[in-house]
Amino acid sequence: MTAMLTIRDLHAEIEDKPILRGVSLTVPAGEVHAIMGPNGSGKSTLSYVLSGRDDYAVTGGEVLFDGRDLLAMEPEERAVAGLFLAFQAPVELPGVGNANFLRTALNAQRRARGEAEIDAVRFLKLAREAARRLAMPEDMLKRNVNVGFSGGEKKRNEMLQMVLLQPRFAILDETDSGLDIDALKIVADGVNGLRAPGFSALVITHHQRLLELIVPDRVHVLVRGQIVRSGGPDLARELEVSGYGAVIREAAA
Amino acid sequence: MPVVAETLDAVQSVTQSGYKWGFETAIEMDLAPKGLNEDIIRLISSRKQEPEWLLAWRLKAYAAWCAMTEPVWAKVHHAPIDYQDLHYYAAPKQKAGPRSLDEVDPELLATYEKLGIPLRERAILAGVEGADTRPDVAVDAVFDSVSVATTFRETLRKAGVVFCPISEAVHEVPELVQRYLGSVVPAGDNFFAALNSAVFTDGSFVYIPKGVRCPMELSTYFRINARNTGQFERTLIIADEGSHVSYLEGCTAPMRDENQLHAAVVELVALDDAQIKYSTVQNWYPGDANGRGGIYNFVTKRGACRGARSKISWTQVETGSAITWKYPSCILQGDDSVGEFYSVAVTNNHQQADTGTKMIHIGRNTRSTIVSKGISAGQSNNTYRGLVRIMPKAHGARNHTQCDSLLIGDRCGAHTVPYIESRNPSGRVEHEATTSKIAEDQLFYCRQRGLSEEDAVGLIVNGFCKDVLKELPMEFAVEAQKLLSVSLEGSVG
Repeated sequence: MTAMLTIRDLHAEIEDKPILRGVSLTVPAGEVHAIMGPNGSGKSTLSYVLSGRDDYAVTGGEVLFDGRDLLAMEPEERAVAGLFLAFQAPVELPGVGNANFLRTALNAQRRARGEAEIDAVRFLKLAREAARRLAMPEDMLKRNVNVGFSGGEKKRNEMLQMVLLQPRFAILDETDSGLDIDALKIVADGVNGLRAPGFSALVITHHQRLLELIVPDRVHVLVRGQIVRSGGPDLARELEVSGYGAVIREAAA
Repeated sequence: MPVVAETLDAVQSVTQSGYKWGFETAIEMDLAPKGLNEDIIRLISSRKQEPEWLLAWRLKAYAAWCAMTEPVWAKVHHAPIDYQDLHYYAAPKQKAGPRSLDEVDPELLATYEKLGIPLRERAILAGVEGADTRPDVAVDAVFDSVSVATTFRETLRKAGVVFCPISEAVHEVPELVQRYLGSVVPAGDNFFAALNSAVFTDGSFVYIPKGVRCPMELSTYFRINARNTGQFERTLIIADEGSHVSYLEGCTAPMRDENQLHAAVVELVALDDAQIKYSTVQNWYPGDANGRGGIYNFVTKRGACRGARSKISWTQVETGSAITWKYPSCILQGDDSVGEFYSVAVTNNHQQADTGTKMIHIGRNTRSTIVSKGISAGQSNNTYRGLVRIMPKAHGARNHTQCDSLLIGDRCGAHTVPYIESRNPSGRVEHEATTSKIAEDQLFYCRQRGLSEEDAVGLIVNGFCKDVLKELPMEFAVEAQKLLSVSLEGSVG
């Protein structure tokens, strides 16, 4: 099994406050891993550091993506290489049409990879199909990016982008928070639909609800910036019953 | 290739980086000696073989100008302008009055080709257009002080539309010119308008007869080429009762270290039920990154909605010039007349823009809309300055103003200076204003999806300006979008 993403002893901080204190994690190609953990444990920080947000300073360790030094790449280079982040709080872009944004992004990636651009007509066909699969009303393509979208619509819009951009590695940062069960299913369908030997994902979540629908290959528990325990899908269920307390005490012991 | 597509391609090819319109055309010029006095004005007037009344009008304007001082209220700073150190007349040397494109100096045509302006009447006449269904655009090209070519004149003439250089209109339709010239912007209106009235050399003239919808977009491309030369064009558009016209102007200039003066006057007259849509894509050379060079753009634009139910709509995309000083305005005289002002002003590096509008409500139930989007980057300053005045008899007058400013970086400035005067209790005036910065999280979101930082800024800025860009004629909206991105290159990071 080849590793798609390898994180070795990753340390990162924001405004001089250490958040990640030595995270090590390997996600083989074709696997979906879940990261769980209490609030403030560094889950979102990990997703931002992996996608290249520059508010975070990496103070140690390394990350390899398909063998390349991920941390040396610009955010857009990471996107072109196939890394996708479904944001916990998707950003609004007033005046920018959703379909236009998606096509611009898709073609920017294709151009950078030396692939032919997709014309507007073909793109719209693809986008409509994807929107239908995600049970999104078609007018969401016409509206401005995330402007006036409900919480659930924003999350679905992230899934739409993921499905259209066809990443090799997706990070879902608490995509399930605030979603009802129908919306959860849609998110899960989005991820499961991409599952293939060449696709991996890191699903960050508080709840095992989502992990009933996207069954992960591995579950990791992140506490105070370190992975304190890893296991199979059962670990998520165990946490649901016993809470993080036991794991944290165990780790401290 | 269709004319419009060709234009867009040309624009695309020149918008890869920086100011690509900065080349100079090597051409023999007929230059008046430097300086401004009555003799120079007489010389300009005689070159144009003008009637006596026009010379007298110019001289009166000159006398008024001599008694005036430069206005200082705008939020712009520049070294003093030496009005005696400029040439007031510069014309490409050629046989008098080219009647067709074949007579135009090939160097000039090459220049306009480089600029991507479709002066392709020849090709169209020859049937090269084929099955192209895109609308044609008639173009008047003004090179320094004179108009070098106007296309589609025959087609327009058949519709009764007069579209020609104003210097020709003086001879061909003298009664119209005499009646309306200076009727909206009087010769002594302000310092720069008076200067223009004294020395204007060319510009476009449009007359749309009663009930006629102009069959195509009209446009004028202004090009400053000569060194140490001021450009003073004068445009006069008259829309007779029930007529409609859409007009667009574009502007470029070579890159030079010294500043060049541009002081234009545009007058619009809309009679009963007439509509004029006037769009500007202003891309004069803005100066270099250190603020050296660039055009001083001091322009007076005003439209009079003289007739009932008439409408004048200004749309401007201002990306160029070292200094922009312009306030396209509407005098809403006719009852139920409508004035609109849609503006995008972008300043980067050391550019300064002080721009806005005046809506003067005189007639009953007059309505006006102002949408202004200012974008500041680098160390630039961008000011919206506007006046909404409701006169005592303007019962039921309404105005809505929306002023939004977007800041890129932390060394630029955005300023909003709205004046509202209501002298009629039934008037309703609304003003909304916002100031925002391009947020880091917006940029990051776009980059995470694969857009470069500059493309992300372009996308966000175009989104910010959408309410204005959608007012532009379709053919030019794409051009304007690209210009916005180019103007902001290097503004982040």
